[in-house]
Amino acid sequence: MQSNLVTEDKQKNKLEKSFEILKTMASKPSGLIGLTIVLFHVVLALISPYIAPYDYKAISPNTMLLAPSAEHWFGTDSLGRDVFTRTILGGRTALTVTFFGSLIALLWGGLLGIFCGLVGGKIDDVVMRVVDAFLSIPWILAMLLIVSLLGTSTEVLIPALGFFYGKGIVRVARAATHDVIAKDFIVSARARGHSNMSIIWNEIIPNVRDAILVEGAMRWSWMLLGFSSLSFLGFGVSPPTPDWGLMISNARGLMSFAYWSVIAPIVGLSSLIIGINLTADAFAKALGIDRSTKAPV
Amino acid sequence: MNEIIESVKNLSIGFNSQKGKQISILRNVSTNIKKGETVGIVGESGSGKSTLALAMMGYIKQGLFPLKGECLFKSEDLLKMSSRQLEKIRGRKIAMIPQNAGQALTPNLKIGYQIDEALRLHTDLNKTERDKKISELLNKVRLPSPETMAFRYPHELSGGQQQRVAVAMALAGKPDLLLLDEPTTGLDVTTQAHVLELLRFIAKDTGTSMIYVSHDLGAIAQVSDRIVVMYAGEIVLEGPARKILKEPIHPYTYGLLKSIPKLSLAGLPASMPGSQPQPGSINEGCSFYDRCNLATDHCKKNSPDLEHIKELDTNVRCFNHKELINQNNNLQTSITKKSNNSEAIEVLKLKDVSISYAKQKFFDQLLNKISDQNPTVKDINIDIKKGETIALVGESGSGKSTILKSIAGLLKTKDGQIKFENDRLLSSDLKMRNPNDLRAIQLIFQNPDESLNPNHTVEQILSQPLKLYFNLSGEELKKNIIDLLKKVRLGEFYMSRYPRQLSGGEKQRVAVARAFAAKPDIILCDEVTSALDVSVQAAVLNILQQLKEDLGTTYVFVSHDLAVVRAISDRVAVLYQGRLCEIGPSQNVYKFPSHPYTEVLLGAVLEPDPDIKPKLVAEDIVEEKPPEKGCSFQGRCPRKIGDICNLEVPPWQIGENGNAIRCHINIDELASLQQ
Repeated sequence: MQSNLVTEDKQKNKLEKSFEILKTMASKPSGLIGLTIVLFHVVLALISPYIAPYDYKAISPNTMLLAPSAEHWFGTDSLGRDVFTRTILGGRTALTVTFFGSLIALLWGGLLGIFCGLVGGKIDDVVMRVVDAFLSIPWILAMLLIVSLLGTSTEVLIPALGFFYGKGIVRVARAATHDVIAKDFIVSARARGHSNMSIIWNEIIPNVRDAILVEGAMRWSWMLLGFSSLSFLGFGVSPPTPDWGLMISNARGLMSFAYWSVIAPIVGLSSLIIGINLTADAFAKALGIDRSTKAPV
Repeated sequence: MNEIIESVKNLSIGFNSQKGKQISILRNVSTNIKKGETVGIVGESGSGKSTLALAMMGYIKQGLFPLKGECLFKSEDLLKMSSRQLEKIRGRKIAMIPQNAGQALTPNLKIGYQIDEALRLHTDLNKTERDKKISELLNKVRLPSPETMAFRYPHELSGGQQQRVAVAMALAGKPDLLLLDEPTTGLDVTTQAHVLELLRFIAKDTGTSMIYVSHDLGAIAQVSDRIVVMYAGEIVLEGPARKILKEPIHPYTYGLLKSIPKLSLAGLPASMPGSQPQPGSINEGCSFYDRCNLATDHCKKNSPDLEHIKELDTNVRCFNHKELINQNNNLQTSITKKSNNSEAIEVLKLKDVSISYAKQKFFDQLLNKISDQNPTVKDINIDIKKGETIALVGESGSGKSTILKSIAGLLKTKDGQIKFENDRLLSSDLKMRNPNDLRAIQLIFQNPDESLNPNHTVEQILSQPLKLYFNLSGEELKKNIIDLLKKVRLGEFYMSRYPRQLSGGEKQRVAVARAFAAKPDIILCDEVTSALDVSVQAAVLNILQQLKEDLGTTYVFVSHDLAVVRAISDRVAVLYQGRLCEIGPSQNVYKFPSHPYTEVLLGAVLEPDPDIKPKLVAEDIVEEKPPEKGCSFQGRCPRKIGDICNLEVPPWQIGENGNAIRCHINIDELASLQQ
């Protein structure tokens, strides 16, 4: 009789399991919309160099600030560059930088959080106070300092963003670990004499992985906003590379008579952020983590 | 007396599965509750007993819905009422007492205020009348000093007292029907017996009908007039309590009664094979077919109806119940254990062990002062012989699990020594122990849901100790895992399953297999059967005993259940407030003379027999701290002789049976007192 149930809930390999999670996420409208937006942006970022109708850096005084038309779908900007071309290319740097930035944030934040949660005591106290201290520094000021000292290359931006957005993950990972280490299977592993590393790897990570991944997805969207703010302030991507933050910053003065050059990058940026947010929420629901009961840190 | 106040007719309750299939949890249940009658609903977890009880007050859990049938309370269907109408009935006509009163009471409101709230809602009394009524109610549930009790907060009361407050609140609206959902399950044995006695008194005194839901046939036997046995969402047996308990004519009930360990029997109880079918998995035939030893081909195809048997006044759902009547069945049998051929080598010695949870204060540490003079566990001396099963018994707070943890190295001892094999000192710090000592001592926990990593397959769980201690890998690892599974009577195909795909008993068997994977000398069992259903508990006990006989492992078995301890142990140590009271061979500890605390414990055991009533000798107050001087049991002892008990630690006396008792009363005198 028991076996009936088990045949239904058959052994699934990892690929099938991820597919199952994706299916659950897409089963609700919000999750489906989120996934579609994210997928759209990722595909666009991959193929945009091949489909872009114009050269993104071709300046021409003849085509300055043209309104949207059949030739220039989203119009042109103050230097005569095609806004459509620049918009579809504008997400590439942001996506790459923030994706790798989030990975770094997840890795160091997650591992440090788990370690602190497990060992506890004085080490935990000291590390958490340091993390708190960093949380109290306005990140944008600190980022500006780093960027002005080390430059705005991606080699600087990725680890710097990764560091600043990982602080919050430390707290989430630590809290998730605290939930797990009270359980008897951790006590059992301890009593058997497993090392801390082995306990973290075998017993804790499989149980906190979901919570940390969801948090990482959330951080990704925040980081995207942060990165675009840096570009907006002129500390992110350097011109003439197309970037949404930079485009908004350049075009905002002309908003009153050339709205098209600012609207397209805004739509691009906000739709991606909303998409990632919706996806992260659907992901959390599919994994059975209720974000609403956990205070954001 | 014969007026029916609630009747359930053909009730089915179910839910929609993810695949859109309708799955029923309750199937065609019909029963009547008469005025003034106490009906016990008994069944294992998942049998639908709580769903039925909640439906009887018109409540259906979220996600479930009634498929057909009705719940008539005084000829009105509760399931069709609006929430407005139900509000008028709940609390006034039907009241409920929850399982965990500690969680049901609001923690930041005083007891009196909470009872007052119930009175305001359900009666028309004015303020002074209500105040009078509150102390009347508190008096009725026999709480000490009702006047001051009303001004206390829930956390200031013990578990038993909280349960009494819940009873008082339920009685506030003078209900016709009281619903009790496992009201004594979380309580200590002595407290449980007192609360049951109170409930029985209230039923008689007020004439309230009661529905008592429990998995514990012992508790049901004490309070019920009539018993309803549920299995897989159906009523399988229903009738007068005495008949059900003495002459069960359904094979499930019969097996259930046989699988309960009893105080009067030394051996292990017989176990029932298999486990209860999951909802929705029964397509045809009798739901008990898989586990039944009377089953025929007829049972496989056809599901039996509830059949009324006049001479017994009983309803039974079985084709072959006549065979059970004809068989001269004796419920009082058990499997005899092989007596342990302990070679009298001591493997583990606890010498003057004290354990304290209090942290040493910073200044005391500097001055090298011992701050805690009154540790949680004190002066424990136990020598454990190779191959024996020694049980540590006591109520919650008796320090039995604490001792176990410090043997495992999870808790540092404050004083004393733990010696292992040939008097070698075992460090109380886990990190200072060598890997071989860690391997030699293994733990099994109470709740397998918590002790097995939910994200690991059974294979991964069992490979942890094998990899750690024996460095196995590949084919050899797999072979060992299959061997281990075989030892706990699980098939090879369990390897790829996750804990959530196993039943409670299967999970605990995996936990047992994991402990044995280390080839340990000593296994520490912490309440290993408390979280399991009775029929499953017997199977786990049998496996533990079998493995011990085969492998010569030593068990240190911690339990609050004296009957279980009686079934499995060779020697018993009784603890109260972290101090030893009595220790000796188990057959002697269960005989008199015994320490007054053992006497109290034995008296409070609930047996599934209406003729054996618990003997309540001591108050059920719970002490929070062990006394600083004198005997640990001085506060509750029914045989206290005077100041000497408060001032001097009693001496050990050894009885003629070989059990040692720590009491000021001369052992011969104790024997004559307890006759």
